[in-house]
Amino acid sequence: MIDFEYVRASDVADAVRQSAASTGAKFIAGGTNLIDLMKEDVEKPRRLIDISRLPLKQVEETAEGGVKIGALVPNSDLAYHSLIERRYPVLASAILAGASAQLRNMASIGGNLLQRTRCYYFYDAATPCNKREPGSGCPAIEGLNRMHAILGASEHCIATHPSDMCVALAILEARVHVAGPDGERVIPFPDFHRLPGDMPQTDTNLQPHEIVTAVEIPPQGFAKNYTYLKIRDRLSYAFALVSVAAGLEIEDGTIKEARFALGGVAHKPWRNRAAEDLLRGQAANAGNFQQAADILLREAKGYSHNRFKIDLARRTIVRALTQAARGTPQIQSDKKVR
Amino acid sequence: MNYIGTPISRVDGQAKVTGQAKYAGDVNVPGLVFGAVVTSTIAKGRIKSIDTSAALKVKGVLKVLTHKNRPALPKSDQAWKDDIAPGGSPFRPLYDDKVMFSGQPVALVLAEEWETARYAASLVHVEYAAKPHITDLQAAREKAFTLKKSKKPRGDAAKAFSSAEVRHEAEYFIPTEHHNPMELFASTAIPEKRGKLTVYDKTQGVQNVHRYLCSVFKKKKGDIRVMSPFMGGGFGSGLRPQYQVVLAVMGALTLKRPVRLMLTRQQMYGLGYRPASIERLQLGAQRDGTLHAITHEAIVVTSQFEEFSSSDTEWADRLYKSPNAKFVHKLARLDVPTSCDMRAPGATTGVYGLECAMDELAVALKLDPVELRLRCYSDKDQSVNLPYTSKNLRECYQQGAKAFGWEKRNPVPRSMRDGNELVGWGMATGVWEALQMPAAARIVLGANGHAEISCATSDIGTGTYTIMAQVAADALGLPIENIGIKLGDSTLPQSPVEGGSWMAASVSHAILGVADEVRKTLFDAAKKIKGSPLSGVKFEDVTLSDGKIVSKKDPARAMTIAHVMRERRLDRIEKEKLHKFKKDEKHARNTHSAIFAEVKIDEELGVIRVTRVVNAVAAGRILNTKTARSQIMGGVVWGIGMALHEETAYDHKFGRIMNANIAEYHMPVNADIHDIEVIFVDEPDEHINPLGIKGVGEIGIVGTAAAIANAVYHATGVRVRDLPITLDKLRR
Amino acid sequence: MAISIKVNGKTHEIDADPATPLLYILRDELALNGAKFGCGLGQCGACTVHVDGKPAFSCLLPLAAVGNREVTTIEGLASNGKLNALQQAFIDEQAAQCGYCIAGMVMRAEALLRVNPHPGEEEIRAHMQPNLCRCGTHMRILRAIKRAADRSTEIGVGHEERL
Repeated sequence: MIDFEYVRASDVADAVRQSAASTGAKFIAGGTNLIDLMKEDVEKPRRLIDISRLPLKQVEETAEGGVKIGALVPNSDLAYHSLIERRYPVLASAILAGASAQLRNMASIGGNLLQRTRCYYFYDAATPCNKREPGSGCPAIEGLNRMHAILGASEHCIATHPSDMCVALAILEARVHVAGPDGERVIPFPDFHRLPGDMPQTDTNLQPHEIVTAVEIPPQGFAKNYTYLKIRDRLSYAFALVSVAAGLEIEDGTIKEARFALGGVAHKPWRNRAAEDLLRGQAANAGNFQQAADILLREAKGYSHNRFKIDLARRTIVRALTQAARGTPQIQSDKKVR
Repeated sequence: MNYIGTPISRVDGQAKVTGQAKYAGDVNVPGLVFGAVVTSTIAKGRIKSIDTSAALKVKGVLKVLTHKNRPALPKSDQAWKDDIAPGGSPFRPLYDDKVMFSGQPVALVLAEEWETARYAASLVHVEYAAKPHITDLQAAREKAFTLKKSKKPRGDAAKAFSSAEVRHEAEYFIPTEHHNPMELFASTAIPEKRGKLTVYDKTQGVQNVHRYLCSVFKKKKGDIRVMSPFMGGGFGSGLRPQYQVVLAVMGALTLKRPVRLMLTRQQMYGLGYRPASIERLQLGAQRDGTLHAITHEAIVVTSQFEEFSSSDTEWADRLYKSPNAKFVHKLARLDVPTSCDMRAPGATTGVYGLECAMDELAVALKLDPVELRLRCYSDKDQSVNLPYTSKNLRECYQQGAKAFGWEKRNPVPRSMRDGNELVGWGMATGVWEALQMPAAARIVLGANGHAEISCATSDIGTGTYTIMAQVAADALGLPIENIGIKLGDSTLPQSPVEGGSWMAASVSHAILGVADEVRKTLFDAAKKIKGSPLSGVKFEDVTLSDGKIVSKKDPARAMTIAHVMRERRLDRIEKEKLHKFKKDEKHARNTHSAIFAEVKIDEELGVIRVTRVVNAVAAGRILNTKTARSQIMGGVVWGIGMALHEETAYDHKFGRIMNANIAEYHMPVNADIHDIEVIFVDEPDEHINPLGIKGVGEIGIVGTAAAIANAVYHATGVRVRDLPITLDKLRR
Repeated sequence: MAISIKVNGKTHEIDADPATPLLYILRDELALNGAKFGCGLGQCGACTVHVDGKPAFSCLLPLAAVGNREVTTIEGLASNGKLNALQQAFIDEQAAQCGYCIAGMVMRAEALLRVNPHPGEEEIRAHMQPNLCRCGTHMRILRAIKRAADRSTEIGVGHEERL
């Protein structure tokens, strides 16, 4: 991994400029995923642009009453930020469900959004992978696919997005601020990540040389009725088989607003508005949650080793919505599912 | 005796918590060259060509070795056999163009910096001619073969089974598992003057590696010295010399510079492993809970070129009375590296099958699982028809059950709950061999009352440094602070490889033996002193205690060791002796345990938590209750991993391990581990050896996975026979 | 390219590629072998050091990214040869077995105690939950931290990574 040039960006514009001035450049902040992929010969950047010292480390309230989070805020700082803990506890919880403290201390928010999949084949340069080498094939479809997608996959790729944080950002309807050669723009969260389709090598809708500068979250935080429930093969330090971020607004036992997203099941956090709409105006009970889950999972498709995820996802959605409705969110340090 | 049997804190603790303990990859010497290995991407075939030109162009790269340009290596299989090599033709790195498994080393890059070597390794381009391979045990099971003629069956198990009142028959599966010690395999080979070589190696047997290297590189005994003062976990993976030590030496000899080679985590999966196994059990019983027929057949993975085998099947003969028994052990060849010993090899997998089968039989008999085991309890090892040196397994069942609260168990599956969770209680028996080997020790006693004890054994984290110091302090009558320990050096007195739970007994008695010689020398010297208070006292009646040589019958008759040595002008007494255990053909020798486990399983989601484990162990005298307890706790953690997490995942199409890292090869993390209670049942043993020691490194894992699997059944009513028990299997 | 880093209170000028992981510099240039190489991929935790008081994986941290932050390794914990409370507790509770993960475990736990000198059992469990140890000494590690916590009288220095 030594055949590259290492440069430091002085500001955002400089970072974009330096990227545009070369081919095969990558931004590096925390480096927790990029260095790892470089060691495995999966990523081979020609130039690393160190953005870790850019002034993107603020967490500030916005005029509309939400928050704007600098792209370089470390994951752990965000999880323990009083604003986030108080107003967006589902986000704090999701962050704490992922990785380990050391990684969370190092990893940036922007980097978390841009994490690559943990598909075995993507990581092993000795095997084909359409995401790593377009056109080489997707061995996961016939191979080891226990951890893989049940929604939104394509014949070219069935990888999942590994982030926990993004699942919470999906229900918070975050907006991603980016800067690029053509200036700044804001990308609504559902449009940030993309499905694999016939271009699985592209994880997001970022344009070349664009850099994530901030993540903005609208005011609605579901601080009262929320949960992040992650189901995995061991009780800590494992990627999700299925995870659910849920937020409800309940008035007099009736659901006013419902949002829930699945992690670990698709190339991006998975939401379904129809499923959420169904809950609006309904009583917060298991039967209704079950129906909503069924709608979300209607299109789900399993492969040889991951069919169980469809039923597991259904049950996890019901439990997560139940936890949210009861106001007993999953505590990430408590390994008993509430 | 003051130290034996007490919970002394480990003597190497300080070095380990301050970062001062030096492991094989920690040796820094001037001019150090770094190695990086290129491994095969196919499972079987031939190397058509290797292009190293791009790698050689990288600044700082010194050499790329392949089968084409390597130094001469011996041809005969014999030259490559280490002390514990199984039958067959041992693997030899960079030998020829044959590829026998995915992850096989095919090139070694040597460079001035590690990063340079690793980068250059990524530029080595290999063309292969692949051949069809097989890595799936289920696909190879029909071709499995028996290694040696199976032992004559006892009675007619098939007939007795078919006429039994209650029958249980099932197949259990344990996937391939990897040791995954935290320390990566590493070797640092340092050329010395006059063609000599010092090699720091991660190994469980420095003398095994020494003999092996001398044979492979045609060196004289005195030309190579192998050192391994600390080892970051072995669990069996370091019993045989691994290929990195050959490559490090090859590099050092080629460049005439010191070379450090540390494998990557992924490359560790190209070494040995616990072989996947299919365990077929048939148990036939009468309604009263007595067994009449046991058949245990195992089909276990080995490589195409060696026949590694350990005993999976005969454990039932040590535990349960049955007039009819048949045991068959088969090997299936796959295109993988040779399997190897991994914590309680054979027993871990075989007893898992046996103890789950016993649980299923108990269910069929409507008998409490502990009660069933008591009804079949065997006071003899039926395979050799001998009683045990000691066997306090009954007490393990009793004390374990009591500590666990077993009597409150409702036997009906799904009957116990805690909120959302189903509660399951399961138990199993554990058994392992109590082995002991010849070993030598040297004592150098100084006039200042300090003694240095040495032996070429290893401390693989088990606490060998500490128990050696305890035994020596007691045998020499010195405070433990006055004892220094040297080990992990091939030039020290003879030691077997550290494994099989035999080291505690072996090295302890080696120390006792040589301490006797020291005592004799001191006694002879003491008697020669004018007016000696020991004159007229017999040698058998003196002991060393509190820094004195003293009459056991009359403690007033004593002299300090320091005084004796000063008077006789001895500045040091140096003795070395090889100790061999007396042959005992009248007893069988085993350690035993009873494990009780509680699981809580979320009924809807299937999330499994092991909330409590009690492991009651009968293993003779415990030398150090602190280090021994750690061994059992560690074994239990391994059992939890085996039951719920561990599986080396092959993509059989590529013949390749896909989770070759420790994020995706799951082993228990802190969150998975709750209460583990270890009970050492009192087990005096007059026959096994003078100290009554049996060893505890393996027994903790044996049976633990079965106890958990049985608890999962009790909680859910679902019997999962193929490990690991992941939540999806509860819904099949 | 010469890069200056501060490790255990001492400043070092390092001549190395800026992307070289800090771990390699510690081990091969500064002879600080306490932090171990166990995977190089930020998985095992054996390479954990403190960067400005927070635990980080030195195997994933490029030298150039260290900047003027203070690096503390396990070698920097003892003062004048006297072990700190946590190191002593790791010995007393026999938390070190093979010892290879221990530097990482101690540094991870030390970070907790600096923020929260008297954590309860649940907090310790939560903080240590993803850590990997293959000897199976998990329970002893937890007990050692508890022991140090009960003994420690240091005052916390404010909010940091708690879990």
